Amino acid sequence: MRLFEYESRQILEREGIPVTKAGVARTPEEAERIAREIAGPVVLKSQVLTGGRMKAGGVKFADTPEEARAHAEHILGLEINGHMPRGVLVGHKAPIAKELYAGVIYDGTRKLPTFVFSDMGGIDIEEVAETHPDHIGRGHFSTILPQMDFRAKDVIASVGITGGDLNKLTPILSKLARLFVKYDMTLAEINPLAQLEDGSFVAVDAHMDMENEARGRHKALLAELGVGDEETREAREPTPFEIEGERIDSVDHRGVAGNVTEFDGNLGLVIGAGGGSLTLFDAVRKYGGRPANYCEIGGNPSVSKACNLTKLVLQKPGVDKIAVMMSIVSNTRVDIVARGVIKACTELGYDPAEKIAIFRIPGAWEDEGFKILERYGVEYCDRSVSMHEAARRAVEKIGGQAAAQTPAAGAEEGTSGAATEVTQP
Amino acid sequence: MADGMFIQVEVDESVRGDAELAQKLADACPVDIFENAGGRVEIVPANLDECVLCELCIHAAPPGAVRVRKLYSGEVLQSAD
Amino acid sequence: MSILIDESTTFIVQGITGREAVNLTRECLDYGSKIVGGVTPGRRGREVHGVPVYDSVAQLVGELGFVPDGSVVTVPPAFAKDAVFEAIEAGIKLIVVVTERIPRYDVAQMVELAGLRGARIIGPNCLGIIRPGVAKMGGIGGPAKDAQKAYKPGCVGVMSRSGGMTTEISSTLSAAGLGVSTAISIGGDAIIGSTYAELMPLFEADAQTEAIVIYTEPGGRMEAQLAEWVKQNDSRLPIVAFMAGRFMDEMPGMSFGHAGTIVEGKADTAAEKIARLQEAGITVAEEIAEIPDLVRQKIASKAVA
Repeated sequence: MRLFEYESRQILEREGIPVTKAGVARTPEEAERIAREIAGPVVLKSQVLTGGRMKAGGVKFADTPEEARAHAEHILGLEINGHMPRGVLVGHKAPIAKELYAGVIYDGTRKLPTFVFSDMGGIDIEEVAETHPDHIGRGHFSTILPQMDFRAKDVIASVGITGGDLNKLTPILSKLARLFVKYDMTLAEINPLAQLEDGSFVAVDAHMDMENEARGRHKALLAELGVGDEETREAREPTPFEIEGERIDSVDHRGVAGNVTEFDGNLGLVIGAGGGSLTLFDAVRKYGGRPANYCEIGGNPSVSKACNLTKLVLQKPGVDKIAVMMSIVSNTRVDIVARGVIKACTELGYDPAEKIAIFRIPGAWEDEGFKILERYGVEYCDRSVSMHEAARRAVEKIGGQAAAQTPAAGAEEGTSGAATEVTQP
Repeated sequence: MADGMFIQVEVDESVRGDAELAQKLADACPVDIFENAGGRVEIVPANLDECVLCELCIHAAPPGAVRVRKLYSGEVLQSAD
Repeated sequence: MSILIDESTTFIVQGITGREAVNLTRECLDYGSKIVGGVTPGRRGREVHGVPVYDSVAQLVGELGFVPDGSVVTVPPAFAKDAVFEAIEAGIKLIVVVTERIPRYDVAQMVELAGLRGARIIGPNCLGIIRPGVAKMGGIGGPAKDAQKAYKPGCVGVMSRSGGMTTEISSTLSAAGLGVSTAISIGGDAIIGSTYAELMPLFEADAQTEAIVIYTEPGGRMEAQLAEWVKQNDSRLPIVAFMAGRFMDEMPGMSFGHAGTIVEGKADTAAEKIARLQEAGITVAEEIAEIPDLVRQKIASKAVA
C-alpha cells in the first residue's frame, strides 16, 4: 500500500527524522494560509500516488502566499496519469546545499532488508545506479540480531562521506531502517535528503510502501494518518467493475473468485488460479483475443460465488462471450465451477452453449463437471487440450483475429495498450 | 419445494417430522441445505445447488429416506440398503 | 539419490486440525508419505486420520523419541513465524510453508533463522514437494489419485512459482512420456526460502533428473539469479522455462496472480527476464505444450555435446 508523501513525512517526523516545514492543503485558501505560516518561499506538490509529478506540472514554486494560492488552485484540479490529487503539500523551500538519497528496501535474492544510500539525491535512484554505481552504497541488515547503527554508518561511509556529516547522517539512515521494520514497509526512501546551508540534514520528500498483508498490524498508525480500510492504494484507482468484483469476493469467504481487473475487450474471462490466470491471459492475447477482464478463481469457491463473478463479467458492456479456463485444479472443483458459470448464464437469460466459448478446467471432480457441461451443450475439454489451445479456440469462436482492436474509453493508464498490443516474438 | 437447477434433495414425508433427524441433517450438511424448522426437516432451496455431493445427509438419515438427485444427469444418490 | 524427500522421509503437519490441513494430511497419507504427528496448540490427544496431535513440536519430538525430517506449516499468517521458529528450534531441517499472506519481514526472519540453523524452507505460499510414485509433502497435486494422474515418475525436475502450474506442467511432461523426477512448488511470495538457483545443486546431484523445467513470472530477481548460476556452474542439466504474465510489462506497479508478482522496475519485467534466461542458454517456451519437445531436444543436444 502506497503512502502519500505527506503521510510518509508524518511517519518520518514521528520517528525522529527531521523534515522541512510543510502542511497539506485541500483548498487554495488553505494553501495560502500554510504559505503565510511558513513565511518564506514555498514549494507546492501535488499529492498523488504516481510518478512524474514534476513533468506533469504538479510541482510549483511560490514566493508569496497569493502565488501559492494560485498554484494550489491549478494543482488541485490537475489530473496526473489518471489520478486526481488528494491535496497539495505546501512546504518550505529551504536553501539546499546538497541533495542525497537514503532508502531501505528488500533484497529478494539475499532475503534481507538492505540500506541504499547515495550522495547523489534528487534524481531517480535507479538512474544513479546505472550511471554512477560508485555513488551508491548498499548493505544488508539482520532481521534477527538487534539493529545496530554501525551497519548504517558503514553504508554511508562507503560513498566517501566522513567527518561530522557521517555522524549526522548515521542516525537518520538507522532510524529509517527501524521504521521500515516497525511499520512493515517494503520501501522507505527519503529523496532528496537535503543538506541545508547551515550543514543540517532534513528530509524534503519521502516515499513509503506498507505491505498490504501487514496493514492489520498497524491500525493505530493508519488511523492517525487517516487511511481508511477501503483505500486500496493500487497503482491505479479501481473501476466500479473492479470494486464490484472485490465485493463479490469478500462477501463469501468460500474460496476466491475475484482479483478482477478491467480491460476493454469483448471476451470475458473466468479464469484461475494465480499462475493459471497469468498464463491464460497471455494466451488469449497471443492468439489475437481481446480480454474484457482479468480475474482469479481458486481455493474452491462456492457455486454462488462463481456464479456472481461470472454474472459480473457477462454483464460488462461489450462482452460477447466468456471463456472459462483454468490450469489443472486439485482443490477447486470442476463441477462446482461448471454449475456456477452455467447458472450465471441461465439466470441472465442466456444459453450457456452460446455464451460460453469454451470450458477448460481439468482436475478434481472433472467427470461430474463434464456431465453438467454436456447436459447444457457447452464445449469443454480435458487436460489433453493445452491451456493455449483452449484460449485459441475461444478467440476463434469470438472471431478475435478479425475483430477491430479499438481501445474502449475509460481505460486507465496502461490498460488500453495492454488490451490492444499483441506482441509476437 | 423449489428445485435447484443442478441438485434436488428429496426427503420422505414419513421422516420429515422427525425432530432428531431434522437436527442431524442440519448439522451434517456442510452447505446448509437442511434446516431444523421447529423439529421439522425443511429444505433451503437457495442452497440446493451448493451441494458438494458428500452424501453426509444420506448417511445421517434412515436408509432410503433422503435422496440426492442430480438434475443434470438423472442420477440419484441414496444409501445402498 | 533423492531431492529433499524420499520414501523414508518423516514429517509433521503444524496446524493439522485446520480444514485445509486435514485434507492435506489425508492426501499425503494416501500417497504413501510418512506423517508421524501433527501440532495444534490445545489439541493434544486428538487424531487426524490416525495421526496423533500434540500441543507443541517439542512435545511431539519428546513423545516420538526422534526429530522428524520435515514439517508442513499450515497455520494462519499471524502465527506462521512462531510455528516456523518452533520447528527450526526443535531441530527440524526441512520446512514447507503453505501459508499465504505472511508479512515479508516475518518471512525474512524465518529464512534468516533457517540459514543460521542449517534448515531449509520451501515456500511460503506454496503447495510443497512431490516425488512421483514415492512421496509428497504438501497439497501439491491434490488427492492421491489426482496426483497419480498428473505426476508420473520420470526424468524432469520441475520448479514453479505457481502451485497450480506445477501440476499443469508436470501433467504435460507425464502425458508426453518424460515424467517428473521431483516437482517443487517454490512459492509465490517476494521472499521465499528456496529459489531456483538454490535448488539447482540438489537436482544436479540427482541421477534421476536429466533436465529442468521452471515456471516463472514477472517480479523479483530470482530468474536473473538462476541465469547467473547457470553461467557460473557448468551444469549438466538443460533448462526450459515458461514465463507467464507477459502482459504485466505494460502495467507497472500492479500485482497479479501472486504477492511477489509485480513490475516495479525494469529488471522485474517478463521481457527482461526472458532475455536474461536466454543469455544463459535457457530456452523459453512460448506455450506449455511445446515444453516436452524442447526438453527432448535439449537433452539430445547435451548428449551430443
